[in-house]
This record gives sequence, structure tokens and C-alpha cells, in this order.
Amino acid sequence: MHELPVTKSILDIVIKHAEANNVKKIISINLMIGDLSELENEWIQRYFDYLSKDTIAEDAKLKIKRVPVVMQCSQCSHTFEVNIREIKEIQCPRCGRTKNFSIISGREYYIKDIEVQ
Amino acid sequence: MQEVRLIEVKEEILSGNKALADQVRQKMRDRRTYLLNLMSSPGAGKTSLILKTIEELKDELQMGVIEADIDSMVDSEKVAAQGITVIQLRTGGFCHLDAAMVSKGLDVMDLDTLDLLIIENVGNLVCPAEFDTGATRNAMILSVPEGDDKPLKYPLMFSICDVLVVNKIDYLDYEDFDLETMKERVLNLNPDIKVLEVSCRTGEGISAWTSWLRKEVAAFNIR
Repeated sequence: MHELPVTKSILDIVIKHAEANNVKKIISINLMIGDLSELENEWIQRYFDYLSKDTIAEDAKLKIKRVPVVMQCSQCSHTFEVNIREIKEIQCPRCGRTKNFSIISGREYYIKDIEVQ
Repeated sequence: MQEVRLIEVKEEILSGNKALADQVRQKMRDRRTYLLNLMSSPGAGKTSLILKTIEELKDELQMGVIEADIDSMVDSEKVAAQGITVIQLRTGGFCHLDAAMVSKGLDVMDLDTLDLLIIENVGNLVCPAEFDTGATRNAMILSVPEGDDKPLKYPLMFSICDVLVVNKIDYLDYEDFDLETMKERVLNLNPDIKVLEVSCRTGEGISAWTSWLRKEVAAFNIR
């Protein structure tokens, strides 16, 4: 249910950047979303289509790139990708340690760039 | 046909909320009121934990509560009955509180008289995790009947909290809830999280929770 304020925020940000660059039309919006966050493309596109009517972002396509969760081992500093649904068995592939990791990426929630005319 | 070009944006989707949340945090620091954002699923025991906390700490701390509910006053009436300052934010269908809503709530509170202000967020493990409220600390409750697999399903929530209160531990004997497995899952996501086990019904573990909170508020006031 938080898609609506999120979508509104995306629209406000891209319009702000588009206006600053004298853009006539926004064609697509590239989003980077970490695997720890939820954002369903289909739903957010529907909200976006509704909110963006009669703006320069009307008909723009939202393209979501998922960023994998990467953890760092506190013992050997090795970084590795993790399937977050399997966090029970996390083990550092280098030193074998099974505890104390920090999350390096996976919380991304930002707009990378926009394709415009 | 005009040429298509690329404009770099590199902006957080919720940057507006984040900026407002930082303002709220600064305001609370200036006014020396510790703001705790309490989150959980519906029915995990947010109101019960708040009532227990009031019972234990009301003689030593001036407390207030911000209640967020989609459309009811049930929780705020329970808290107000304890003689505590409470304001109700009706989110009108929204599934979470954001910094703007919290900020509105703060406007009608006399912060100078408060040491501790608790936000009872909307019962939900998804949306509140995305929206910074400006709280000093984030706390969440996981209750035993919900199951030990919740960190696998809602990793973001477990990763943003400073403290996890495991409530309804009096149910452990009746549920297939493996406390150690759950803790391992949470600590893998968030090695710094503090885990406390309580039962709001029997009172078990409540003193460990209130002593953690008491220390937090004291440390915040020294800074």
C-alpha cells in the first residue's frame, strides 16, 4: 500500500530534474531497488500511469533494476552476494565464518537516470 | 523525431521524507525528547508493551504517545486512561507513518515537558520499514505466534531496527518457535540489534526492556 506515496515521490523528482534540463518528454525512468526492499513493477507502473496523466512524464516506462544483497564478513572483510531468503545458512565463502556480517548493498531505493526527449 | 538523451538523477526516491526525518531528529535533540518508533504486525503487542512501559516508568519519566491508526481510537483511549499525553493520528488508509505525519503530531505536543515520546506505528512489517519517521531509535516487536520465519519474509524491517522485542514468550511451550534459529536469522541481517524476550501478559522480561529504555533515554539526555 505504500506504492502511492513512493510513486508520487518518483514523479516529483523526475519532473524536477526534467524541468531543470528543459525536457519536453520523459520516456523512461531507471530505478535501482535493493533486494531488501519491495517494489513491484506492475503495480508501481499502474500508479505511475494514473499520477502522471497530463504531465511530461505521461506514458513513461518505469524500469526497475534489482540490486542484490551483498554482505561483508567482519573477520576477513570478504564481500559476497547473498540470497536473502536463505539467510539462515549464511557462511563466508572465504573463511567459513557463520556470524557477524554487515550489509554492504541491498537497501538501494533510488532513481538512477531518466531517458528524455 | 527528437533525439533521446539520458539525464543522470541519482536521487533517493524518498529523499524528501529523509530530509524531513532528519529535521525531526534535530528538533527532538534540541528539545531533549527521546523519540521511539515502535513497529510490528497487527496484534503483536505494541499497545500492550506501551501500557507496560507506562506502568513501569511513569514515575521517573514524563512520557507521551503518538498513536497511528488507520481509522480508530481504540488504542489511544487505552493509553489516555493511564493519564499519559496521547495524540491520535488517523492515517486515513495509509499503511505507515512518514516524517511529515510525525511532524504534524509533534506540533501539538508540549515537547519541553516530555522525556520520552513513543510512536505506535501502523501494524505492518513492510511499509513502515521504508519510511524514516525521524525517531531516535527504531524498535520492533515480533510475537511468538507469528513464527520464527518472519526475518526471512521481512528482512528490511529486521535490518533497520535497533532493538527487537520478542513478545508472548509464555507461548513458547505451545508453538514450534525456535528462539535460537530466529535470533540467528536476525543477527545475520543486523549484528548490532539488541534482542529482548518478554511477555506483556505475565510481565516476564519487562524489567529488562524498561531498563534498556531507561538507559537509552539517560544517554540521550547527556549528549
